[in-house]
Amino acid sequence: MHIPDGFLVAAAVGTTYVITAGGVANALRKAREKIGEKHIPMMGILAAFVFVAQMLNFPVVGGTSGHVIGAALVAILVGPWAAVIIMSIVMIAQSLIFQDGGLLALGANILNMGIIACLGAHYIYNLINTVLGNNRRSKLVATFVAAWGSVLLASIACAIELALSGVSPMGVVLPAMAGIHALIGLGEGLITIVVLNLVMSTRADLLNLQRI
Amino acid sequence: MKMSRKWWVIALVICLVLATISPLASSFPDGLEKVAEDKGFISAAEEAPFAFIADYIFPGIENEVLATILAGWLGVVVLFFIVYGLAWLIKLKKQGSNIIE
Repeated sequence: MHIPDGFLVAAAVGTTYVITAGGVANALRKAREKIGEKHIPMMGILAAFVFVAQMLNFPVVGGTSGHVIGAALVAILVGPWAAVIIMSIVMIAQSLIFQDGGLLALGANILNMGIIACLGAHYIYNLINTVLGNNRRSKLVATFVAAWGSVLLASIACAIELALSGVSPMGVVLPAMAGIHALIGLGEGLITIVVLNLVMSTRADLLNLQRI
Repeated sequence: MKMSRKWWVIALVICLVLATISPLASSFPDGLEKVAEDKGFISAAEEAPFAFIADYIFPGIENEVLATILAGWLGVVVLFFIVYGLAWLIKLKKQGSNIIE
């Protein structure tokens, strides 16, 4: 879902950069308050994992592929603001080194797949756990829905930015983006559950890190 | 400490293994690209004004599979160390501010 340059008008570029800068500044502030020794390798590993997971496109339907964003996994493991930092660095590297996602569109890409996906996943996860009683089964459901929802929310934000930039009418691009990403999000949900289960069964203590 | 050192080395190796299978990834357009094609605005996309490892293919290597694997390995290692270093710096700043207080 990396927006290339050319899709967004100047106003959208400026607005998304300002919002993203504010979000990242807040993330750094929160991290400085709460970070501990054990967060350091965990954040490094999660960045490496998000990068490689985003390379692994899986086919969906009709000649379309999707890849994991990873925002939900990271937000659940280290908290939404640490997740924003990790996702931001991954997308900066993707844009600068691998020409995946435009430079002018970087603010929008971090806003969609970083800030909105991470905070969205975090709130969905907490809400479902609260409603269902915070047990193993509720965590499973919460993980799946949070991961699915994070992809859907990011795609809706992306569609709104595209529509406001005038590349395609809202009534066309919004259902198209939300529709295909509702499917891609199922993959995100399944893979997020598999990875979290792997962590839980091998190093459950890593799940007890303070969330940032 | 020994155990906590070990887990992330294993995790890093897993990421490198995943990068090694990245040439098997689907080459279909992703969700946004597909929508842009179907709705007729893909032509608005502009190429980046510079190219280092564009499209996850390491330049100067004829074998595309190998070039993709190298790009993946590089990305995994670079991102691990950048974010590890950044987190370490944030931790350092936290300690510094604690001492001042």
